[in-house]
This record gives sequence, C-alpha cells and structure tokens, in this order.
Amino acid sequence: MSSVLHAIVEPGFFGSAQVHAALAITGAAALLCGVIGVFTVVRGQSFAGHALSDINATGGSAAFLAGISPVWGYVAISVAAAGAMEAIGIDRRRGRDIATGIVLVVGFGLAALFLFWDTTLSGASNATNEVLFGSIWTLSPGTVPIVIALGAGAITLLAVIYRPLLLSSVSSELAAARGVSVRIVGALYLLALAAAVALTCVAIGAILSTGLLIGPAAGALHLSRRPWSAMASATAIALAASWLGILLAYDSYYWPPVGNGWPVSFFIVVLVFLFYAGARIRAARG
Amino acid sequence: MVNAWTVGGIVAVIAGLVGFFVVLRGSAFAAHAVPNGSFAGAAGAVWLNINVLAGLGAFALLGAAGIGWLGHRDRQDVATALTLVLLLGLGALFLSFTAESAPAAYSLLFGEILGVSNNQLVPTLGLAAGCVALIAFLYRPLLLSSVLSELGEVRGIPRQALELAFLACIALATTMTVPVVGTTLIFSLMIGAPAAARSFAGTPGRALVLSVAIAVAIVWLAIAAAYQLDLPVGFFVGVLSGAAYAIGRAWAAWRGSSARRSARLPASDGGPNDPASAGAFGGS
Repeated sequence: MSSVLHAIVEPGFFGSAQVHAALAITGAAALLCGVIGVFTVVRGQSFAGHALSDINATGGSAAFLAGISPVWGYVAISVAAAGAMEAIGIDRRRGRDIATGIVLVVGFGLAALFLFWDTTLSGASNATNEVLFGSIWTLSPGTVPIVIALGAGAITLLAVIYRPLLLSSVSSELAAARGVSVRIVGALYLLALAAAVALTCVAIGAILSTGLLIGPAAGALHLSRRPWSAMASATAIALAASWLGILLAYDSYYWPPVGNGWPVSFFIVVLVFLFYAGARIRAARG
Repeated sequence: MVNAWTVGGIVAVIAGLVGFFVVLRGSAFAAHAVPNGSFAGAAGAVWLNINVLAGLGAFALLGAAGIGWLGHRDRQDVATALTLVLLLGLGALFLSFTAESAPAAYSLLFGEILGVSNNQLVPTLGLAAGCVALIAFLYRPLLLSSVLSELGEVRGIPRQALELAFLACIALATTMTVPVVGTTLIFSLMIGAPAAARSFAGTPGRALVLSVAIAVAIVWLAIAAAYQLDLPVGFFVGVLSGAAYAIGRAWAAWRGSSARRSARLPASDGGPNDPASAGAFGGS
C-alpha cells in the first residue's frame, strides 16, 4: 500500500514546510480567483484581467529599481492601470478592448525602461526573470500578511457590491433602469480585480494569475449558470488544479531531461485546461 | 544602423496594416496573445536546437488555431486567455529545460532592433510580402465583416473561416517581427498607431494609410531617440504609441465639441435626466 502511495506522492511531500506554504497560498488564490473569475468571464473582461497581470512587470521592475518590496509596486501599478482603463473609457465592449490595449502598450514601454535600468544600473541581471516568471516557491514570509490583507479587502469589496454588480454584469440596461450606477459599480469591480490580480501575481506568478482567473470560471459557467454554484465549482476546479499541479511538480523532481523539476505553472495550467475541456464536453452532451 | 531603419520600416508597415483590422475588429487581445504565446515556440526551438523562426512560426499558428477553435463555442476573450496561458505554461516548461536565461528572454520580449543582421533581412522581407498579399486578398470581406458582421454573413462571407484567416495574418506578422523587434513592440505598434489613426480619418482607406504612416513614424522616431539617448527602443515605442493615441482622442474630442457648437443640436440622447432611466419606478 505504502509503495503505491509513494509512486504517486514522492516521500516528504506532506512534511515539507515549503509545500505547506505553497498549498496554503494557492488555496487562497484559488478561492479569490474562483469568485472574481466568474464575474470577469460574465462581463467579458478577460483581457483586462490578463493585462493587469502583465502590467505588473512594470510595477515589479520599478519596485526593484526603488529597492522596495515588489508587492507595493504590483499594487500601485495595478490600481493605476485599472484607473487608466476606466478613464480612457470602457463603455462599449470594443472600446474597452482598445482602452485595455493602450494601457498595456504604455505599461510595456515603461517596463522596457525599468528592466533596462534594473540590469544596467543595479547590475541585477536576474531581475527580468524574477519579475516575469514569479514563482510559488519563492514567496518571502514578510509579504504573506500583505497578501492576506489584500485578498480579504478584494473579497469584502465584492461582497458589498455583489447584487448591483451581478445585475449590471448580466444586463447593464436593466441595472441602470433599477437605479444602479453601472459606471461606479464597474469601477469598483475593476479595483477588486486589480487587487486580486496583484496579489495572485505576487503569490503564484503572472501566468497562473490569468490561468486560475479565467480557466476555472469559464469551465464552471459551462456547468452552471447560477452565480453561487458557478463560483463554488470555479473555486473547486481552481483548488483541484493547483494542488494536483503542486503535487506533480514535486514528483517531477526526478523526471527527465534536467532533473531539477518541471515548472509548477506548467502543470497547473494544463490541469486547468483539462478541467475546462471536460466541462465543455459535458455541457455539449447536455 | 541602416538595417535597423529598413527592418523597422518593414515591421511598422505590417503592424500598421494588420493593426488597422485588429482595432476595427476589437481583437487586441488576440494581437497580444499570438506574439506572446509564440514566445513558447522560441523557447522550444532553443531547447531542441532548431531554427528559432520555425519554432516561432509553428507556435504563432498554433496559437491562432487555438483561439479560433476554442472561440467557436465560447467567448472569444476566454478562448484567447486560455490559449495564451497554455502556451505560456509550455514556454515556462521549455525555458526550464534550457540553460538560456535572462538576456535571451529579454531580447525576445523587447527585441534587438539595433542589432539586426544582414541575413535577417531576406526572411523578414519574404514574410512581409506574404502578409501584405494575404491582407490584400482578404481586404474587402474583412472590412465588411469587421464593420457589420451581420451584413457580411448576408453577403455569404463565412465568418469562422474569415476569423481564422485573419488570425493567420496576425501569426504571420508575428513570425516575421518577433525576432527583430520582440513581442511587446509589435503589439504596441499594432494597437497604438491604428487606434490613433481612427480618430483622425473618416474613411477606412484613409485610416489604413494613416495607420501605416503613424506606425512608421513611431518606429523611426523611437530608433533615433534610442540611439541618441542610449535607452531601449521598446520604451520609446510604447510611450510614443500611447502619446499618438492620446493626441488622436484629444483631436476627436475637440473636433466633436466644435462640430456640436456649430450645429447647435439639443443634447437629449437618453442621458441621466431621461425619465426612462431615472430609476424612479420598478424598484422591487
């Protein structure tokens, strides 16, 4: 029995403090992404969700340059970018696409400059990789309280605006007729999204931030159109994918070709996609 | 330096051309995802020690096909996001297999336009010609279905096939431009210049020409500034693209307000004071 277990779970998995931390962090991120992701998919703002994570490279490289914790760079740039997207105008879906694109373009330009200074002035040749491919395994303990506070803030904000947000996400005309200020609700939602994306980028990296935000929610919405059950299934899918992914990444330490482990983001993204594909096939069968 | 000017010019023409339709169709996310996803192909090519251009091309087409195929039955933006993260996950895997590190990643993201070699000129030109030919071939149906997708379908234009063909255009443009200017720069040019051009020009033809002209101006200005000030080209391209768009918006707003003043039209278009949207009834 134990030999079978060892074939699936390499020895030491449940005893490693690093694994405990990774499981806890991705668990929190999965919960947050499951809830916010459902709104993001229904509102058609996947691009904004992804752009906010990409733009964190700008904030991260600026923070690196200033010598402060990257978390503050991430938070500042995310909120600024969300504000800029809102200001440029997100009234129509197509206009929103361009607004998001332009913000991303300017963000990339600044990132090119900051990363260039990071490598030339401070001699941190690894800054590019660190900022672009943040990793689950390298979260410093000091940032955990900030991450938790941000996540709690985003969830609280969502809970406060839950009903008007739901209504205006499904039909902005109906919401406006009911006296909901669609613009303000949209801006507050974008703020919650920015906070969530900033903290998931810190905790699990930019690739996984988008992967966990969109994939599980899109899959869950194929299974159920009711908001609560969609959020519950999205969270469950995100949790299952990320914990299984961590397990596989841990196991892959002895896999070819290099023998120092496959990246955890690869496993989680593939698992998220498999869950999504499964949900779509199930929905297609009726 | 002459190579940089030439290649920069070619890249800008393609970006202005393809980007015009990107902005018109609202597919900025796809224009971001295809070049970024093709990054995985480059990483894979480095790992397998094959031609980087082949890896880029294969993954750009793979990304385009993935977006088109997944987007058939789901939201386009969701399909794009899923395709992108899947490709990026693969890219992370390939990167972990190779010893290539930070400098290679940086140059693929932001390009090395100042270091373009002579033997990069020919493939770039060839792919550019292919891209222009494809756009010329698709011009009318693409324009029609971008502006009014229902009208396009009435005229018998297959929407799915056209979308795939357009995504292939983006993939082609990506393959030729990423090795010389990087993934972020091509995206900046594809969005900034056409979005600005739309504010200045009234007809599609003029907007298209203007989009190409603005893209070329941005690239050449950026190269000159980068050379003079010894800063990365990507920085200038990003900031100039943003500035071009801001000027375009300001111009459109100014012209719009002056047109309204001269026409003196009453402003009642269902604003907040309209009884229909006041929210005084139907509260429960």
